[in-house]
Amino acid sequence: MEQRNDSHRPVDVKKIQQLLDANNGARVRTWLGICSRCGLCAESCFFYLAHNRNPRLSPAYKFKATLGELYKRKGRVDWDFLQRCADIVWGECTTCKRCSMFCPFGIDVATLIATTRTILYSQGITPQGLARAVVNYRETGNQMGMSTEDFVDTCEWMAEESQDEVSGVTIPIDKKGAKYMYTVNPREPMFYPQDLAMAAKILTVAEEDWTMPSTGWDCTNLPMFAGDRALAGQVVRNMYEKAVELGVQAILITECGHAYRSALFEGPYLAGYPDGKPPVPIVHSVQLFYEYIRDGRIRIDPAKKLKEPVTYQDPCNVSRNGGLWEEGRKLVQFLAEDFRDMEPNRDHNHCCGGGGGYIPMGPEYKARRMASGRVKAEQIRATGAKIVIAPCHNCFDQLSDLNKEYQLGVKVMSLKEIICELMVIPEKFQPSDEGEGEGEKEA
Amino acid sequence: MQTWYAFLTGPALWVTFIVFLGGLVVRLAFLYGLSRERDRIFYNHMDWKWGFRSILHWLIPWGSASMRLQPVFSAVFILFHVGLLAVPLFLSAHNLLWDRAFGVSLWSMSDAWADALTIMVLGCGVFLFVRRMIRPEVRILTTAWDYSLLALTLAPFVTGFLAYHQWGPYELMMVLHVLSGEILLILIPFTKLGHMVLFFFTRAFIGFEMGARRGARAW
Ligand code: SF4
Ligand code: SF4
Ligand code: SF4
Repeated sequence: MEQRNDSHRPVDVKKIQQLLDANNGARVRTWLGICSRCGLCAESCFFYLAHNRNPRLSPAYKFKATLGELYKRKGRVDWDFLQRCADIVWGECTTCKRCSMFCPFGIDVATLIATTRTILYSQGITPQGLARAVVNYRETGNQMGMSTEDFVDTCEWMAEESQDEVSGVTIPIDKKGAKYMYTVNPREPMFYPQDLAMAAKILTVAEEDWTMPSTGWDCTNLPMFAGDRALAGQVVRNMYEKAVELGVQAILITECGHAYRSALFEGPYLAGYPDGKPPVPIVHSVQLFYEYIRDGRIRIDPAKKLKEPVTYQDPCNVSRNGGLWEEGRKLVQFLAEDFRDMEPNRDHNHCCGGGGGYIPMGPEYKARRMASGRVKAEQIRATGAKIVIAPCHNCFDQLSDLNKEYQLGVKVMSLKEIICELMVIPEKFQPSDEGEGEGEKEA
Repeated sequence: MQTWYAFLTGPALWVTFIVFLGGLVVRLAFLYGLSRERDRIFYNHMDWKWGFRSILHWLIPWGSASMRLQPVFSAVFILFHVGLLAVPLFLSAHNLLWDRAFGVSLWSMSDAWADALTIMVLGCGVFLFVRRMIRPEVRILTTAWDYSLLALTLAPFVTGFLAYHQWGPYELMMVLHVLSGEILLILIPFTKLGHMVLFFFTRAFIGFEMGARRGARAW
């Protein structure tokens, strides 16, 4: 894969050595030292499985050939070697962490791969799609370079649109002391604003006390995938600090997996919080939606429940790396009559094949992404489902691509979309003619 | 040969034990210090319950999804480790040595059992050798050093077996037996064989990280 092809640039060996040294903690040292080269991890990785068990795609080979080799050569490597590493750490691993559960020593391959990405980034090597996102984050604080004005306008526009279906919908911006500060993936305000509208409808019907921040609203963290740890820390800090400033009780994360992993687990360390805990609790929308329906704050119209067979995609970063697989399952069973689980599932699910920055890395990577997604496509086909629910935008996009590529004939849907279709709108939120009239006057 | 034997079972044995145990202690102490400084994540999310569950599931046969996925390899792998630990510790001849050196002895297994276990270890060792050579995903990871370590691990068993059955020159076999055993013990703290103790730490860590933080089973 193309990274940035000026092979005449000298390698900054000093910088590499600094980073190798800084990361040479007890964990990395022990992992690299005790890997028994037993090969048990190979079977766990979907890249390996999707490519007819190509041994170069086994997790142990990937870290041995990259970070392992960097330590062995004490950082004295050439440009070609770094290019090969880039090919492996971005093109052959989505840092899904499945292999750590299948290694007798629990070696955290994803951490070793992420460390290699950091080292490559220090040499100016990162996939172009991620490099672009990094520039946007620097300039605007979000991956798509959206201005605060555009963002707030989109929110207002979507609140208005929603009033046709649910009266009284608002999207409160920067409301102090709200219970939840709702943060999103910039893909939503930018390309799928109806996602914002759906969230607003659900939160309104549940009579939630919520707000959207005018800054720090991008909960995704592409610099984390690009290998830019400093910027990744800044991105989470923007969000945390905004939440503290607004005095909210918790940060609510949209249907996005990596965002949850970043906000709850990796973010505090990236942002330099010594206890490894975010300053306010982090809640994923899968959890909140589940509670709403369980507690009757949102009622599902039984007549509208999905009749076709439905399966649930456990996003790695919501399920295995987020711990929400049971909530996700129960939620789906509130919505669908015929639920069919994929095999394997829950914390042992396979990555969709589009995580770890794969999708934002851009079209150059698409063919590889489709090839490695074969495992997921086969899992879905085996369930016989007609609808796949994916509570992560990234999985959503990958599954939609896989659906075309492998002609799965399924419909990929988000939870928000289904809840909005199925929920009972209580009388007080039924749009009356009067309400609509008012809305029009205001507009 | 006699003097060699006396030397190896005398001062050299003491040196071996000191290097073996001392080496492990130093490696652990070093890693502990390093983790205090650089791996805060280890202590921030410590949770004994998940740590123990994580260790236990990988100690009981087929207790992990990964082992169940490869049942034959797992069986070999378990038997190999059982033999590796049991034979040297519970062999009656070794127990006599323990008794002479420390005045304590462990439970002794009969020689017939020891013999059978030794053959089992050797059989497993051959399996692992062959597996390294023919399974592509293992071969690609394997270096000459991996083969050497495996050979060194088996050497005390081969020589001990030959000596016990008095096949080949007995005295030479005994010398080689003690020598290879000592080399192996000395290597343990400094190689991947350190997993003998480090296993418990890495497993506990992944238990804290995946289990305590996320509730996910790392087995
Ligand atoms: S983290 Fe996931 S993608 Fe990467 S090597 Fe492990 S199983 Fe494969
Ligand atoms: S399973 Fe673990 S110890 Fe075995 S080769 Fe893979 S990473 Fe190394
Ligand atoms: S899970 Fe997907 S949508 Fe969420 S941040 Fe990662 S790439 Fe973006």
